[in-house]
Amino acid sequence: MATNDGRLTPAAKAPTTTVSVRGLIRGYGPKGVLNGVDLDIAPGEFVALLGPSGCGKSTLLRALAGLDHEVSGSGTVTVPAKVSVVFQDSRLLPWDSVLGNVTLGLQDHDAGERGRRALAEVGLAGRERAWPHQLSGGEQQRVALARSLVRDPELLLADEPFGALDALTRLKMHSLLAHLVAAHQPAVLLVTHDVDEAIALADRIVVLDHGKVALEREVISGTNRAPDDAGFATLHASLLGALGVDRHRALATA
Amino acid sequence: MTAAVLVRKLAYGEPGNSQRGTGGTPPGTADRRPLTRRLGPGPRRRFAALAGPALLLAAWCLASGTGLLDPRILSEPWTVVATASEQLASGKLQEHLGISAHRAALGLFFGIVLGVVLALTAGLSRIGEALVDGPVQIKRAIPSLALLPLLVLWFGIDETMKVLTITLGVFVPIYLQTHAGLRSIETKYVELAQTVRLSRLAFIKKVVLPGALPGFFLGLRFAVTGAWVSLVVVEQINSTSGIGYMMELARTYGQTNIIVLGLAVYGILGLLSDGAVQLLQRKALSWQRTMAG
Ligand SMILES: Nc1ncnc2c1ncn2[C@@H]1O[C@H](COP(=O)(O)OP(=O)(O)O)[C@@H](O)[C@H]1O
Ligand SMILES: [Mg+2]
Repeated sequence: MATNDGRLTPAAKAPTTTVSVRGLIRGYGPKGVLNGVDLDIAPGEFVALLGPSGCGKSTLLRALAGLDHEVSGSGTVTVPAKVSVVFQDSRLLPWDSVLGNVTLGLQDHDAGERGRRALAEVGLAGRERAWPHQLSGGEQQRVALARSLVRDPELLLADEPFGALDALTRLKMHSLLAHLVAAHQPAVLLVTHDVDEAIALADRIVVLDHGKVALEREVISGTNRAPDDAGFATLHASLLGALGVDRHRALATA
Repeated sequence: MTAAVLVRKLAYGEPGNSQRGTGGTPPGTADRRPLTRRLGPGPRRRFAALAGPALLLAAWCLASGTGLLDPRILSEPWTVVATASEQLASGKLQEHLGISAHRAALGLFFGIVLGVVLALTAGLSRIGEALVDGPVQIKRAIPSLALLPLLVLWFGIDETMKVLTITLGVFVPIYLQTHAGLRSIETKYVELAQTVRLSRLAFIKKVVLPGALPGFFLGLRFAVTGAWVSLVVVEQINSTSGIGYMMELARTYGQTNIIVLGLAVYGILGLLSDGAVQLLQRKALSWQRTMAG
């Protein structure tokens, strides 16, 4: 899968996994951060990676993005050819226009047209010529989403993409991301520390703790996704438990 | 995963048609916001850059007019203006000015190209940095003036020597500031370039050059001033044309007015060229949001 352009010929068997991580060990210096992580993501599957701050979520995501050259470790990582990354900061080039940022590195002759369409998709039609600093934080992050999706990724990696946004903007971004993912069908790994964000968006939630996968839970609409679904409370409590938060005690002291 | 389900579940995040008031300023209260930022230098005004030089000129006029300044030490401004019109009428000033400007432009051009190429070489590869940075720092420690005897020996006293001297003065600030600008480009942008799989060439074009542009312009302002300075030096030694030669000739005849005219021309040229660079800088860096605006 990592070879050629990542597209399988019709004759080939449909792949069952887009991402495959085996025995991933990573550490900065002598201190281990990831101590043997195994993770599979199916094509089109939306996985949320939960974990307390500093547990190695970004380290794992950076390994998948191929950005961890300077980190020691072992294990195997298989990712598709077309991977897009959305960072917590929108990471727009301040010296390029909004459209220039979206089409950064695209070489096809219709790149501009595709960029315009991607901007329209995230609700920013008409802002093509603006400078990034002229946009609000939420708008900048939408440009970053357009930049990722215009490349038709097979895997979308997002590291706390809404972490810096206010609660209302964050909710709007959730529905936008759900729309976009449904339309483009990439596999997604969303890093977050927000349990509700994970439940609202993901098909599967993976909790990382002490450098290992501590818990995995499926999220199924109609069963445990909405607060009034029967399985919701159990799912919520087990996730908080895995994160080391005792909800009753948290409520008692609140 | 079905889109419909997710969308329905997330409908609370949709922008609703909420009821909003008219907003704005309540009737009867004037808009009392201060017009400028409280901290920072305030808004930009046209021709403000001329205020300082104009003040200097006024002081000169005042000192000469009241007799405080002896014309034998420094000519009066009006004498200089009269001299200028004489020299313009005879065509001499234009001729010298044209030759000087040509030398400065050539030296500036080669210096900019050399400085940028060296900065890119040093900034984009460790080998380049190891090879380039040391020699440039050494050159930086040697004033152009000190190199002049050697350059005269090598190239004689013709145009090559003059342009080369200017080039050697110009490329150093261009190199230093562009290199510094390049090194200050944050790694997060390099990471971004990697994730969108930019080619090396596209990386230089889209990230490195624009990111180094603020540094380059800073270097350019030093370089332009430096070009005029080098010009004075080369034109006052073994030259038969140019503003510097005109002044040197006037010195042997004791013509203070022409010397001061030459100084005034250098001053005006310096001011104009710096203004041009600043204008260019503001245009090219309009994406920046800085305190000066
Ligand atoms: N570049 C680095 N150098 C040294 N230690 C690092 C570096 N990046 C992260 N770490 C450490 O690795 C651990 C995991 O970091 P990270 O993956 O960023 O956590 P998370 O994203 O889950 O908050 C933290 O303890 C952090 O201090
Ligand atoms: Mg992180």
